[in-house]
Amino acid sequence: MSSVNATAHSVVEPTPTVKRIAGTIVILYALVTVIPLAWIFLTSIKSPPDSISYPPKVIFTPTIEGFCNLFTTRTRQTPDYIQSLPAPTSTCDEITRRRNMVIAGPSNYWPRFGNSLVIAFGSTFLAVSLGTLAAYGFSRFRVPLADDLLFFILSTRMMPPIAVAIPIYLMYRQFGLSDTALGMILLYTAVNVSLAVWLLKGFIDEIPREYEEAAMIDGYTRLQAFWKVVLPQATTGIAATAIFCLIFAWNEYAFAVLLTSGSAQTAPPFIPTIIGEGGQDWPAVAAGTTIFLVPILVFTIILRKQLLRGITFGAVRK
Amino acid sequence: MSEIKIVNLRKQFGDFVAVEDSSFTVEDGEFLALLGPSGCGKTTTLRMIAGLELPTSGKIYLDGEDVTFNRASARDIAFVFQLFALYPHMNVRRNIGFPLVSQGVAKAEIRARVVETAKLLRIDHILDRSVSGLAGGDRQRVALGRAIIRRPKCFLMDEPLGTLDAEFREVMVHELRELHNRIHATTVYVTHDQHEAMAMADKIAVMNHGVIEQFGTPQEIYNRPASMYVADFIGSPPMNFMRFHSGLKRGARSIFLDAVEVAVPEVGEDVLPGEMALGVRPEHIRFSDRSPIRGAVYGSEYLGTNQIVAVETAAGIVKARVAADRSFRLGETVGLEFNPDRLAVFDCASGRAIASSLYAEARHG
Repeated sequence: MSSVNATAHSVVEPTPTVKRIAGTIVILYALVTVIPLAWIFLTSIKSPPDSISYPPKVIFTPTIEGFCNLFTTRTRQTPDYIQSLPAPTSTCDEITRRRNMVIAGPSNYWPRFGNSLVIAFGSTFLAVSLGTLAAYGFSRFRVPLADDLLFFILSTRMMPPIAVAIPIYLMYRQFGLSDTALGMILLYTAVNVSLAVWLLKGFIDEIPREYEEAAMIDGYTRLQAFWKVVLPQATTGIAATAIFCLIFAWNEYAFAVLLTSGSAQTAPPFIPTIIGEGGQDWPAVAAGTTIFLVPILVFTIILRKQLLRGITFGAVRK
Repeated sequence: MSEIKIVNLRKQFGDFVAVEDSSFTVEDGEFLALLGPSGCGKTTTLRMIAGLELPTSGKIYLDGEDVTFNRASARDIAFVFQLFALYPHMNVRRNIGFPLVSQGVAKAEIRARVVETAKLLRIDHILDRSVSGLAGGDRQRVALGRAIIRRPKCFLMDEPLGTLDAEFREVMVHELRELHNRIHATTVYVTHDQHEAMAMADKIAVMNHGVIEQFGTPQEIYNRPASMYVADFIGSPPMNFMRFHSGLKRGARSIFLDAVEVAVPEVGEDVLPGEMALGVRPEHIRFSDRSPIRGAVYGSEYLGTNQIVAVETAAGIVKARVAADRSFRLGETVGLEFNPDRLAVFDCASGRAIASSLYAEARHG
């Protein structure tokens, strides 16, 4: 009898063995995901020789050299010239001089990182705003050819976006959108908006119409009802959608390589170009990558509460 | 407060006619119940009055003003939804005060009126609670509070007690009627439950397939049902129908059920021969050994104050409501006698009640 229940409804408490197996699987999965991240972080605090030693060093003396190299450009000088300089003003200064080099100026990392922030958050904001409005329209009104339109919107995701790279490249050159933040924001918005419409339509469909109807009867216009009643309840869906859009825009590499090279270049195409003396400066690349991961991490943590909160629970009986 | 008047209201969704040429007037301060089975068009009618649906044709007047195509927000009405529709991201206080915010009422006044409304509904102790944790009855009261705080022209309620437990529903029926007696708001109340409608309403409109079958006081609807549908829908157990084939002459005072003459209220019209039905309420049947209408006891249902006895007669099973003290054997032969003043005769083909002195009373008051 109890075994029937277990298979039919899974209401039976799992046995310790099952729990142990489940726990092991979860831990293994976590390791698989976390190890590359840990590897990158550890590389970022290794010295350049340590970073390429084989077998890899697990025990090493941490250094911030990678970060120094990430943020600066340096020139090689003779030991005599370095001796003649006044005392170093910062730790990075000191580390650089030990390698017979002096800091020539800041690198392009922060401007590129800034571009990434503007483009990723800008396009996420646009995609989610447009997506919310479109999803609300599809969800609540009898839109002519709604099914066809929705399919059409989805169909833009049926091929990898990069497949249209060449037409977009030519078009952008024609319109002067190449290597501009606006161009990248428009491009990422266009790619993300279909995802946003579909995700958000699902969430908005779940919000009973009675709420807006109640608000409209309470004396509000439809727009006010949307703003005061629908949006607060759609926050969960909006947060989830925003995270997906942001992750895409933040990580996008191919279009960024193709369409940005100078003032609008984002971090992903910039990081691999960090080259030290005698080849790739791995600690600097790893440092750049580590910092690059932070905004997504912070954004996800901030929105985690929204993602988990079932705010409509219990207020309307289904 | 105000009067609601709907004229030839019709609503079509594609090929489906949800409401067909309905007209009625709810007078100032009156409580109207729109009663009918699900899908009969009662909720659609209510939503058109509210402005949540636009009619295909017809007019809606609020206080004499044509509001047929006015926005819901411009009609000054309140609506209580079946699923309450309390805003889940606001607490009880903000839910109740929300309609006043849209009117730009000063904060201090909103606060005072929320408390006043909450006291009226006896929910002032839960004002700062989240609506998601509330019990069904309290949610219902919050929804009512949100409706009455604005002192609107009228209240529209869509099966507001539909999701409550049976036990609690009775409490709320009582509370709603008491509230209506106190504030005298013109109310349209949609329900499929005849007990709610009978207990609360001043007038009832019985709807079926988008058509209003009868509009009248609960007494009229119960005692003088305009159609077989209404007679069958109202009353528990419903009216008995005993079929016979005959024509009727104006002024006739009896009909023949299988050659047994049964006295009926004076017939008010000539009817061509056809399939007819004699309508008898269970409480208008007495057992009498001398009666020529005979049948065998088929079953009985004890209800405490009385009992329902089912008797199998030549014209079908007839249910009678009789005193609880007598007991019956199954299969026992009994004679049935009807109260001649309270019988209705229906034309089976159209379902309509045949005019008679019973119905004439209604017309003369």
